[in-house]
Amino acid sequence: MRELIEILWSFLKIGAFTFGGGYAMIPLIQHEVINHRRWLREGEFVELLTIAQSAPGPIALNTAVFVGYKLRGYRGALAAVLGVVIPSFLIILVVAMFFADMRDNVWVDAAFKGMRPAVVALIVAPIVGLARGMNMWLMAVAAAIALVVWYFGLSPVWFLMAGALGGVLWVAKRGKEA
Amino acid sequence: MGIAVLIKLFVSYLKIGFFGFGGGYAMLSLIHSEVVVRNAWLTNGEFSDIVAISQMTPGPIAINSATYIGYEVAGIWGSVVATTAVCLPALTIMMLLTRFFLRLRDNLYVQGVVQGMRPVVVGMIASAALLLIFPASDDGRSFIDLWSWAIFGLTLLGSWRKVNPILLIVVSGIAGVLIYGL
Repeated sequence: MRELIEILWSFLKIGAFTFGGGYAMIPLIQHEVINHRRWLREGEFVELLTIAQSAPGPIALNTAVFVGYKLRGYRGALAAVLGVVIPSFLIILVVAMFFADMRDNVWVDAAFKGMRPAVVALIVAPIVGLARGMNMWLMAVAAAIALVVWYFGLSPVWFLMAGALGGVLWVAKRGKEA
Repeated sequence: MGIAVLIKLFVSYLKIGFFGFGGGYAMLSLIHSEVVVRNAWLTNGEFSDIVAISQMTPGPIAINSATYIGYEVAGIWGSVVATTAVCLPALTIMMLLTRFFLRLRDNLYVQGVVQGMRPVVVGMIASAALLLIFPASDDGRSFIDLWSWAIFGLTLLGSWRKVNPILLIVVSGIAGVLIYGL
């Protein structure tokens, strides 16, 4: 029981202080899980990052499940997930309760007019780095998917399934040739 | 309202959790597709406001958006249902992967799946940007004048220079107050 509470507490801290999400929080997790609690070794942490990035879902959540499950099975996983989720759940709930009234305020509205294009820029920024690792064909595929999802409102789920299938077929074809 | 909406929320966020490959920004296009296009729970503008709020509050954007949209659509129970639903796939899939991935990682087909989804993830991030730059309806435009494009350009530069994203959002908010509020 004590270890479950420790897991919950550690991930509460991680959940409460990871702004920006994703890669921004990796150093914090690293500190808590490796240096502070000594739950994982460096090598295991690298393994964890590989898994957390290939699996669906936010990296914070995936990391929590991995660490919790390794330590205490499914109970540990649940404790860690609760820890990561509770801070953002409570904060957003409070924001949601009061934001509707605040939204009509002239100043708040002006602030959001300034923040909207900044949000778009933050989304655009990583695309360049991601595209750099791809060849012309893959870039064309990515661009086509972006256009179809945007223009026709088609769900990206179909493309994820097609991509997974395409990857499997490609491996199978190469296997035959080899 | 009632149970039907809760079920819809549950299914939508289960889907978002299950197909949420590639991290926060890639998930945005999935969230947009469910929340704005399919169910019309939010307008484009409200969607983009939630993204801004998520940047400034701790926690993954998928969870933030689940809590917020759940509350907007069906109150506190809505936010509990949506938040639970978005966590369930990660919880089950990661437990399985933690057990089996070391054996699976060297499997060529698993590598094929991961590789095949990579260009899709990049496309999804790009579509999220397009959806916010050129929304289907006029309400909630992200870009209203030249100032918008200036803020966009400067934030992009800042982001490439590794300036903290929260700082960029806060500065843009202050710029908004100075430009549009005074």
